[in-house]
Amino acid sequence: MIEAIFTERAVKKGRALKTKLRAEGVNMVFNGDGHKVQVLQHIDLEVGDGEFVCLLGPSGCGKSTMLNIIAGFISPTGGQVWIDDEAVRCPDPRRIFVFQERGVFPWLTVEGNIGFGLFRLSKQERAQRIAHYIQLVGLQGFEKAYPQELSGGMKQRVEVARALAVNPDMLFLDEPFGALDSITRLIMRRELLRIWEAERKTVILVTHDIEESIQLADRVVIMSTRPAKIQQIVEIDIPHPRDISSPRYLELRDGIFEQIGLAHKV
Amino acid sequence: MRAMGQAQKWERYIWPLLTAGVFLVLWHFSVKWTATKVFPSPLDVERGMAELVRKGLLYHYVVDSLRRVGVGFFAAVVLGIPSGLLLGWYPGWAFVVNPVIQMLRPISPIAWIPVSIVWFGVGEVAAIYLIFLASFFPIVVASMNGVRNIPSMYRRAGRNFGLSSAQLIVKVVFPAVLPQVIVGLRIALGIAWLVVVAAEMIAVDSGLGYLVIDSRNSGKRYDLVVAAMILIGLTGLALDTGFRRLEKLRSVRWGFLNDF
Repeated sequence: MIEAIFTERAVKKGRALKTKLRAEGVNMVFNGDGHKVQVLQHIDLEVGDGEFVCLLGPSGCGKSTMLNIIAGFISPTGGQVWIDDEAVRCPDPRRIFVFQERGVFPWLTVEGNIGFGLFRLSKQERAQRIAHYIQLVGLQGFEKAYPQELSGGMKQRVEVARALAVNPDMLFLDEPFGALDSITRLIMRRELLRIWEAERKTVILVTHDIEESIQLADRVVIMSTRPAKIQQIVEIDIPHPRDISSPRYLELRDGIFEQIGLAHKV
Repeated sequence: MRAMGQAQKWERYIWPLLTAGVFLVLWHFSVKWTATKVFPSPLDVERGMAELVRKGLLYHYVVDSLRRVGVGFFAAVVLGIPSGLLLGWYPGWAFVVNPVIQMLRPISPIAWIPVSIVWFGVGEVAAIYLIFLASFFPIVVASMNGVRNIPSMYRRAGRNFGLSSAQLIVKVVFPAVLPQVIVGLRIALGIAWLVVVAAEMIAVDSGLGYLVIDSRNSGKRYDLVVAAMILIGLTGLALDTGFRRLEKLRSVRWGFLNDF
């Protein structure tokens, strides 16, 4: 019955967006100590321009590997990822990968981090961009601070600002809020949505947090345990700002819980 | 005095001074009570020190030792940091070279003295070469391990923003390893200061090491021997304190915090 709800809605809404990313038959096999481990099995995925997609799956299922392949950090052992009809072969400044907040460079100030990717711009342009993004992520007054003087949430903002400053078309976020406390995590989700609505980048976010995926994404791609396959793609047809106690939200959440095989009783 | 936490400003000076004072008093009375004719009392040493100053030897010898350490250490830094970075960056090279490095590393620089004299003759160059050897390996190993320990996400982030390999080394690898390199440099400088004393006992006729051996050999002037030892200790302490200031620089301080 739940499947019926998902498919019906998906068909009704349709995909009007221009295709930004296309993954075709992506396979990934790692060679560990003589035996082969298949991590990804035939992943087909399309992501529209300006879309917010969450890859959701249990820890260690291979969703991060998928994101690393999409970003061009590792090559798949089979299949191909295409972005703007160009095969992805290596990382590209048009598509920035955001690690957990540990990706900020501790030897640079907030300003230095945000300006890191702007080395091709003139000094003046760089300063303008930095100021703009410091404001966007609400870090005014911390320009000269070093990361070790910041909280986890602030470091995460620095990393997001560093990514946005080079004006990429796509953002890849690998469990970006995983290391934050739950209150900061909620605030950061709201911030991310605000920025996404302001800048309309295509976002692919990897998470193992079901609630997070439903709060953020246009579509949630549910991945199975290893070797990861796409188990189901769920359209989240609730307008932002999302009411996380609305019947539709709970319906979708319960559907995903069931899809993953978890009873939602603790 | 509290066991943990910040000491008061005056406490940081008063306690070490007090310890030094107690030590001097104990030393003085040990010499008095044992009525030794050979070992000097603190006052004898003080007089010896004054004699060195009067003859102009003190300044001259300290500067000679520092110059040798400076030149040898500088050469080791200039060659050692790039070598270490490259070996860390290209694991294939490290695979080939590392066993040799690890085999040479435990050989005390002092064991190199005869070889060094054969190669460079008795003199300045032989001493400097020993200091170079003593500081080169710790610097190479610290830089190499530093590069290997860089979290992969720093490199990935750098490449993601479109940096070339050269830019990556300058903008990511070098700053990321700097704290570890500074630790390596400090260790290397400490060893270099130990080695210069040994080298000067054999290869040259000036410097603090020479002062130790020469004072003993020409007339058993143990007051001068001990004076030289104290100078060696104080100069070494000054070098280390100066170096520690580098760890306080804002762009490397992150590497010395435990909570990051």
